Amino acid sequence: MNLFTIREKARAAWAAFALPGQPRVLVGAATCGRAAGALEVKEALKKALGEHGLAESVPVFEVGCNGLCYAEPLVEVTGRDGRRVLYRNVDARIATRLVETHLVKGEPFMKRALCVVEGNPMEGLPKWAELPMIRPQERIVTRNLGFIDPDELLHYVNRGGYTGLERSLALGPEGTIEEVTRSGLRGRGGAGFPTGLKWGFARKTEAAPKYVICNADEGDPGAFMDRSVLEGDPHAMLEGLLIAGYAIGASVGYIYIRSEYPLAVTRLAQAIEDLRAYGLVGEDILGSGFSFEIKIKKGAGAFVCGEETALMASIEGHRGMPRAKPPFPAVSGLFAKPTNINNVETLAAVSAILEKGADWYAGFGTEKSRGTKTFSLAGQIQRTGLIEVPMGIPLRTIIDDIGGGVEKGKACKAVQTGGPSGGCIPGKLLDLPVDYEHLAEAGSIMGSGGMVVMDEDTCMVKVARYFLSFTESESCGKCTPCRMGTQHLLRLLDTILAGEAPPGTLEQLRGICETMKCSSLCGLGQTAPNPVLTTLRYFEDEYSHYLAGEVRRYRIEAEACEGCRACAIACPTGAITGDRKQPHIIDQDACILCGVCLQSCRFNAVSFVFEEKAAR
Amino acid sequence: MIDAPTAHSVERVHDVCRRFGPDRENLIPALQEVQETEGFLSPDAVDVIADYFGLSANNVYGVATFYAQFRYHPPGRHCLKICQGTACHVQGSGVLLDAAERTLGIRSGETTEDGEFGLEELACLGSCALAPAVVLDGVVHARQTPKKLNALLEKARS
Repeated sequence: MNLFTIREKARAAWAAFALPGQPRVLVGAATCGRAAGALEVKEALKKALGEHGLAESVPVFEVGCNGLCYAEPLVEVTGRDGRRVLYRNVDARIATRLVETHLVKGEPFMKRALCVVEGNPMEGLPKWAELPMIRPQERIVTRNLGFIDPDELLHYVNRGGYTGLERSLALGPEGTIEEVTRSGLRGRGGAGFPTGLKWGFARKTEAAPKYVICNADEGDPGAFMDRSVLEGDPHAMLEGLLIAGYAIGASVGYIYIRSEYPLAVTRLAQAIEDLRAYGLVGEDILGSGFSFEIKIKKGAGAFVCGEETALMASIEGHRGMPRAKPPFPAVSGLFAKPTNINNVETLAAVSAILEKGADWYAGFGTEKSRGTKTFSLAGQIQRTGLIEVPMGIPLRTIIDDIGGGVEKGKACKAVQTGGPSGGCIPGKLLDLPVDYEHLAEAGSIMGSGGMVVMDEDTCMVKVARYFLSFTESESCGKCTPCRMGTQHLLRLLDTILAGEAPPGTLEQLRGICETMKCSSLCGLGQTAPNPVLTTLRYFEDEYSHYLAGEVRRYRIEAEACEGCRACAIACPTGAITGDRKQPHIIDQDACILCGVCLQSCRFNAVSFVFEEKAAR
Repeated sequence: MIDAPTAHSVERVHDVCRRFGPDRENLIPALQEVQETEGFLSPDAVDVIADYFGLSANNVYGVATFYAQFRYHPPGRHCLKICQGTACHVQGSGVLLDAAERTLGIRSGETTEDGEFGLEELACLGSCALAPAVVLDGVVHARQTPKKLNALLEKARS
C-alpha cells in the first residue's frame, strides 16, 4: 500500500471520528486516568447513553492522556453544535449528568466544565489554549495526546503522521541525518548528546546487520512522560524509530520497555501489527527498498538497564550490567553490531522534525538547547500533569503558572529534577532557565524529565536518603565505587538522621561523592551522589541541625489547631490526643514519624521541626 | 494458592519454553512467561528452562536474580504492590507501606500465612500525578490513604 491510499483511508476514518455535527465522547484512559476511575466512567457514560437511546448515535472513544492529570478522570463531550467541552474529575454520577445535560439538553454541564477545546467560545469557560496550565506550553512530542485514538494508525496519519518517514525516504539516509543535526535535537534521555551526531557514527560504521533501539525503560522514579506518549500516541515514537533505522542503515529495531507499563506494551503491540498491515514495517517499505522489523523486549525490573550497555546486555539475555566504553554502541553494540539507542521522547521529536522541518524545530528553545522538553510535574503542587515546554523557560513559569504553585499555599522548598541522578534545585533559584547548561550549573541534570516539587515541610536529608536507598539497591555491583559508595553514603545519611553522626561526617560524605563521580563505571554510579551533593550545597543548614544533635519531630501549633480531629483519626498509632475544638497534642513516644498528621491537616497547624534530641 | 510444582506444571513450563527459540536472547522472555503462567519460578521450572536453553541452573538463577521481577516462592492469592517512586514517596507512600504491613501482619516481600495476600514494593509505576498509588491484582488505585487502602484490602478479602 502506498501513502496516498493510506491517506485516503485516514481521511475516511477521521471523518467517522470527528465528523462536524457528529456528537461523541472521549474518555482519557491512559494508566493514570484508569487509576482515577476512567473505565468506570466509560461504562457509566455508555449506560446513560443507552438509557437515552443515544447508544448508536454517540460513540465513546478511549484516548490517551492530555496531560491535565490533576483533573483525572477527564471526559471530552462534543454536542451537535460541534463545540468540544472538556470536563474534569468526572465520576460515574457526573458522567450520567453529562449525558443528561450536554448531550440530551444540549447545554454544557458548567459545574465540571474545564474549557472549550474547539468550537464556539462560551461565556465563563476559557479556551483550551488559554488555560493557565496550557498557555506556556509548546506541544510537539505530545502533539496528539488526548486527541486521537491511540489504537488507530489512521488517526495518526490524518494528523500528519508518516509524512516525516516519507520525507526521510526522499532525503536519503545522509540527508535525514543532516536534517536531524540541523534541528539541534539532543538526546532526551538525559545526557543530551546531539542526536544527529550519534546517528552519523552508527551510519559510518560498516557492518551488517545494524540495530536501532528505543529505550523505553523509563526507570527514574517520578517520571512518566514516555509512558504517556506510548499509551496516547505510540506511532509518534514508532515513526521516529523507522526514520532512525533508515538513516543509520539498520534492519531491526528493538523497543526495550519496562514491564511496569503493561498498557503501553499492549498499545505498542497493536501499533506494530497495524504498521505491518499497512506495509510500513516489513520488506521494501513504501517501495523504497528499505526493509525493517520491530521487536518488543520487556524489561524485568532493573534501573541500571536504562544505561545503554546494560540495556543491550539485558536484550541479549544476560544480567543487565554495564560495560566500559569505548567501544561505543555505534561501533559495537547489540550482538557486537553497530547500534543506535535513543529514548522515546527523542524519537517522537524526530518524527515531528522530519514532518515539519529542522528550521521549524530549531525555532524553539535556546541556542544550545533547541526544541522542547516534556516533564512530568508531580509532588506537592496544585496541578500535576504531563507538560511540554520550550527549552529555556524559567522554572518559575513551570511551577507557578503551569503548576499553579505549591499545594495548600505553602512555599516551594525545592524542585527535584533528573530522578536519582539529578539534584534538588532550591526554591530561591526558581528563575533558573530550564535547559541542559543551566540545570548542570545548578548541580542537577535535565534527566529524562521527572520534576517533583517539594514544599517547605520536606526534610532534604531524608530526600537525599530516599534517593540513595534507591541507587544503593539498584547498583548492579559490578564496579566498587558505586557498590561500596552507595552503601557508605546510605549508612552515613542514616547516622546523620539518627542524630548520631560524629564531627567530620559531611567531609566524609563529600569525599565519597567525589570518588564515585570520577571513578564509577557507568552513569548510575557517576550521578548517584548528585542528590547528596545538591542538598549539601543548598541545604547544609539542615544537615548541621542533625549534626548538632537535633532531630526532627512533628508538632501541632496550639494557636493554629482548630481541633477538627482529622489528624487524630488519621494517626495510625493513636499518638494524637485532644478534645474536639481544642488544640491537639502529639505523644512523641508513640509517634512513628509517619507524617500522616501533616498531610491530613487542613489548617497548616502541623509542622516538622528541629529540636534537641533529649526534648520530648 | 498456586499449586506446588507437579509433573503437570513441569510439562506446562516445557510448553512455554517451546514457544520461544532456544537462543539466549529469549531467556528473559521465557522466564517472564513462565512466571506469568506458574506464578513464580520453582526449582523444577528453572531446571527445565536451563535444560532448554543449554545453560546450567546456576546461569539461569544468575540472570533471574539480577532482576526484581522474578519470584521464587508462590505468591499470595491477591497481590498488593505499593509504589515507592519519588512522587509517591513525598506524598506518603511510606505510610501506606507501614499501614499495609500492619494490616496484613507481614513485611514487604512476604505472603500472609493463609496465602491470601502478598505484599511487594514497586519501583515507580508512572502514575506520579495521582500519587500515592498502589496496584492490587493488576489494577492501579490512585490517591491512596491508609484508610482507603484498608478498605481495598477488606473488599478483596471478601
